[in-house]
Amino acid sequence: MTITIYVPRDSAACSVGADAVASAITREAAASGADVRVVRNGSRGMLWLEPLVEVATEAGRIGYGPVSASEIPALIEAGLFTGGAHGKRLGLVEELPWMADQQRLCFARVGVTDPVSADDYLAHGGMAGLRRALTMDPAEVVKEVTDSGLRGRGGAGFPAGIKWNTVHNTPGELKFVCCNADEGDSGTFADRMLIEGDPFCLIEGMAIAAYATGASEGYVYLRSEYPDAVATLRQAIEIAYARGWLGQDYLGSGQRFDLFVRVGAGAYICGEETSMLESLEGKRGMVRSKPPIPAITGLFGKPTVVNNVLTLASVPSILAQGAAAYAALGVGRSLGTQVFQLAGNIKHGGVFETAFGMSLATLVNDYGGGTRSGRPVRAVQVGGPLGTYLPASTMDLPLDYEAFAAAQAMLGHGGIVVFDDTVDMASMARFAMEFCAEESCGKCTPCRVGSVRGVETIDRIVAGVEPEANLVLLGDLCELMTDGSLCAMGGLTPNPVLSALRHFPEDFTARHEGTAP
Amino acid sequence: MPIDTSEPSMADRVRSVVDRHRGDRGALLPILHSLQAEFGYVDQAMIPVLAAELNLSRAEVHGVVTFYHDFRAEPAGRTVLKLCRAEACQSVGAEDLVAHAETRLGSKIGSTTADGQVTLEQVFCLGNCALGPAGQVNGRLYGRLDAARLDGILDAEAERA
Ligand SMILES: Cc1cc2nc3c(=O)[nH]c(=O)nc-3n(C[C@H](O)[C@H](O)[C@H](O)COP(=O)(O)O)c2cc1C
Ligand code: SF4
Ligand code: FES
Repeated sequence: MTITIYVPRDSAACSVGADAVASAITREAAASGADVRVVRNGSRGMLWLEPLVEVATEAGRIGYGPVSASEIPALIEAGLFTGGAHGKRLGLVEELPWMADQQRLCFARVGVTDPVSADDYLAHGGMAGLRRALTMDPAEVVKEVTDSGLRGRGGAGFPAGIKWNTVHNTPGELKFVCCNADEGDSGTFADRMLIEGDPFCLIEGMAIAAYATGASEGYVYLRSEYPDAVATLRQAIEIAYARGWLGQDYLGSGQRFDLFVRVGAGAYICGEETSMLESLEGKRGMVRSKPPIPAITGLFGKPTVVNNVLTLASVPSILAQGAAAYAALGVGRSLGTQVFQLAGNIKHGGVFETAFGMSLATLVNDYGGGTRSGRPVRAVQVGGPLGTYLPASTMDLPLDYEAFAAAQAMLGHGGIVVFDDTVDMASMARFAMEFCAEESCGKCTPCRVGSVRGVETIDRIVAGVEPEANLVLLGDLCELMTDGSLCAMGGLTPNPVLSALRHFPEDFTARHEGTAP
Repeated sequence: MPIDTSEPSMADRVRSVVDRHRGDRGALLPILHSLQAEFGYVDQAMIPVLAAELNLSRAEVHGVVTFYHDFRAEPAGRTVLKLCRAEACQSVGAEDLVAHAETRLGSKIGSTTADGQVTLEQVFCLGNCALGPAGQVNGRLYGRLDAARLDGILDAEAERA
């Protein structure tokens, strides 16, 4: 009997040696004459255990990790091929608390299947959502998405159904579905992992969106920092065409839908949807003022759905299982599941998909295991570089959009970055301004110039130069940026800055006393 | 020495890249990526050719090329090392790693070593934020970097020369 071994091909797993582990297994198996098939799956999302090797046994998939290539001979000696005992043996992967306690819808197949195997995709429930959608009217599909309560996962949390409905109702010969896969926020990597680990799920989600809205062309705007995701998605699209899942009369829909991958060119602002559309049109990524909204006047002036990767990848399971099943999860107006990403100085970092409502502290301390350094958690930034810094004392906050907004924070994309007590919050505040200055599209003055002034002002405060006056100036600058910026780049940069000041004032003064000239 | 007319001129090579993207909507970015893949950088001299081929003004093309961080004005070193300096990587020592890289290479972020071997660049997030500090070497992602691991990677790259 052929033995099946899984070694992830996810770029994070490969960044710590998964390719070498896979070759070592193939080599050692051949040398010993064992009949072994190595499947390159996506990552299970337990990144601290990567490279995570799994062997299929009668009882289920047994994991070992983190494994290095040099350990492979000893592991095989210990009975890797039959799930034998070894110091790195973790037991049944599905039963590890990190896995067992999740509610995986979007990420259900990630880490389980071979990402570029269409047969695997079908065998694990793939295409059931599109199949069901095609038995319904487009307007019914839109209603299903509306009823599910699905909100955009790209940051702002705008209801997907409302957006789709606008595109559906706007007449046009040519309409587009654009997937925002720019994922520029620090601490977020779930878009990348979904594309590398289950690209057909995104393709299916986009095909459903096309059917529901009458779009005939789709673009995935994928950042150049993710070359592996680009390659995997391109390969999956080719396979999808060969299977008749894309193109003319895709899956017997009676319509045409063509899908293209477009690679960004290293500009954070191109994650903002109108800037992304400009970039897709071959221009500089300058933010457009709204209205008109992209749903009415989008790519090349045509009605366009713009959604994040995870928004679109949530759609197949919503259609397959029904809106009610999805809406039954979560709290308040934050329905369904969110793919949280634990990053930074964290012991157990990775992706954790669960219904909205779990507390931040549970996620960071219990599942995340606290800091990697073993020191106390001091600050947590949720929602990317424009998100608020929360002190350890406020971490009992439930993970839901409204609760975060009420606490002057934002859930955003669900990225969580942890810092231990060695962090200097004045330097993090300075970095937020510096990042804004570096990545501003340049269209409005508060953002373009205000951020540069912000860096200078924080430098003066920290150096002890007229700290009181400069603190007032910093406050004014932040107010101006909040009120006078066209988009959230300049508008939200005050978030990390002011929260650092509010919660960690000692870093802006006491530590630097005595260094004043 | 007679001029080798079998070698296509740069302008011809640029035009053939443009031809490959004729069917693309808003083709300028894919074209610039292809040019950089083929030449290693986007030369100033390509701009008028692109403008003429795509019916754009030179200023428009120039504006696009300079807006994006990815497009280089001159060739990079044989090895391109990008180190992540975004928040998650900072929380586990990215700045120390950048300082180490600058010392070892004897050149600053954004420049190429005197011998033309290594270009050191900063990047804000590589999507490896749970396994930081992260870096990318010639497009390959690395995680859990520290000074020793980075030195090993750079030594291996130098050996492949
Ligand atoms: C500065 C800035 C950066 C953004 N970056 C991203 C991004 O990387 N990915 C993303 O999906 N949305 C990003 N957004 C949000 C998008 O503008 C847009 O709201 C989103 O793509 C819509 O999709 P959704 O409704 O599915 O969330 C960004 C917004 C701003 C202001
Ligand atoms: S706020 Fe900044 S990034 Fe946004 S439009 Fe204005 S200048 Fe551009
Ligand atoms: S912050 Fe460094 S890889 Fe994301």
